[in-house]
Amino acid sequence: MTPARDYSLIGPERDRAIAIGLASAEWYHTDVPRKVMKGLMRRNDGPATRDTILWLGLLLLTGIGGIATWGTWWAVPFFLVYGVLYGSACDSRWHECGHGTAFKTQSKNDWVYALASFMVLRNPVAWRWSHARHHTDTIIVGRDPEITVMRPPDIARKALAFVGIPDAFVHFGVLVRQAISGPNAEEADYIPESEVPKVMFWARLFVGLHLVALLLALLTWSILPLMLIGGPRIYGTWHMVLVGLLQHGGLAEDVLDHRLNSRTVYMNPVSRWLYWNMNYHVEHHMFPMVPYHALPALHELIKDDLPPANPSIPHAYAEMIAAVLRQRTEPGYFARRALPPGAKPYVEAFHTETSLPEAS
Amino acid sequence: MSEWVDVCAIGEIEEEDVIRFDHVGRTFAVYRDEDGTPFCTDGLCTHEQVHLADGLVLDDEIECPKHNGRFNYKTGAALRTPACVALTTYPARIAEGRIQVQV
Repeated sequence: MTPARDYSLIGPERDRAIAIGLASAEWYHTDVPRKVMKGLMRRNDGPATRDTILWLGLLLLTGIGGIATWGTWWAVPFFLVYGVLYGSACDSRWHECGHGTAFKTQSKNDWVYALASFMVLRNPVAWRWSHARHHTDTIIVGRDPEITVMRPPDIARKALAFVGIPDAFVHFGVLVRQAISGPNAEEADYIPESEVPKVMFWARLFVGLHLVALLLALLTWSILPLMLIGGPRIYGTWHMVLVGLLQHGGLAEDVLDHRLNSRTVYMNPVSRWLYWNMNYHVEHHMFPMVPYHALPALHELIKDDLPPANPSIPHAYAEMIAAVLRQRTEPGYFARRALPPGAKPYVEAFHTETSLPEAS
Repeated sequence: MSEWVDVCAIGEIEEEDVIRFDHVGRTFAVYRDEDGTPFCTDGLCTHEQVHLADGLVLDDEIECPKHNGRFNYKTGAALRTPACVALTTYPARIAEGRIQVQV
């Protein structure tokens, strides 16, 4: 049995990753002609402006509906929708605008990024650096601060994450700590010293705004303010977790080929809209400059060099759960998918585990 | 002062695009803006060792292909995190239909 690993960014696994060349390494990319890639990378304000108007409009409508019907059962459907728009769709908006690819106009990316960071309870400065590291060292143990499913997996905690427990409270606790004392030692591994004042500013602003909502709830002796602010990160976060776990869950660690550690899943149109096409996750990691609205075209272009996409969310869960259950006793195990004929072979340098039978 | 070094024929770099140019053990990014004027910077992003020639030219900016950091390739200024340190820029010109850089 493989022993449990140390996922800290300041422990021996970091030193190991650096020593064996896994840190800041060269990654495999499917060949795409420069002219074609330029077309895919092209920025456009149109799709994100349309989607953001729709997103904020629906938030406003369902929020007003929830307030107007508060105290009756009619409020339930309003808050079911409001909660997902706030507590789940925020993640993809945070992600795409953090990359700066959603809008052509950078100020639009920055505004939506700040709003979505508030909703998802992430410090916009700290997480920008965290996510840059995630892309440099994707699922490299000791280097990547965004490994969601560690080994051996804590399955109960992952199940509770669907209702924001304890994740929402942990994230808020991180904001409180950053508001008081700034980045801790692990965060300092990827956040430059010059960014610390900004980290503290945003943490204080976000904590303060949530405390205002809490104060309003106490003054009115009603949870309505918390149903509108902060609360959706608990009762509406399920879709973010549902699709987010599939990004890398049950796949390889310590490899330099995103086809081994990331997963592309075909999803229904509603989930894809909420998720801004991040179901094309292999494609996103290989080419992070391609905006979300061009990922389906990128997928069509390179899919013959990738493992077949999981045809549905349930299919992907079957694959992931089988691997994660096995990782309880074999932490070195991961789901390895067969490549189609003609695809370039996997970059084999840093993984040795065996494959998982195809999920049915 | 360094000598002018031949890079390529002018038509080998499209307007609003960038190519990689390696010279005596160093690597550079050579650009043409929307008017066709050439520019040259160090080739690697100052944040991580990623070549900017795989990035996207947007007006006067080059976006790093790995982390979406941005620089003004005409001045070298870092414009968007995680890029914080400016790029070194080098003179570039067109002479007899060819792009040359002084590196």
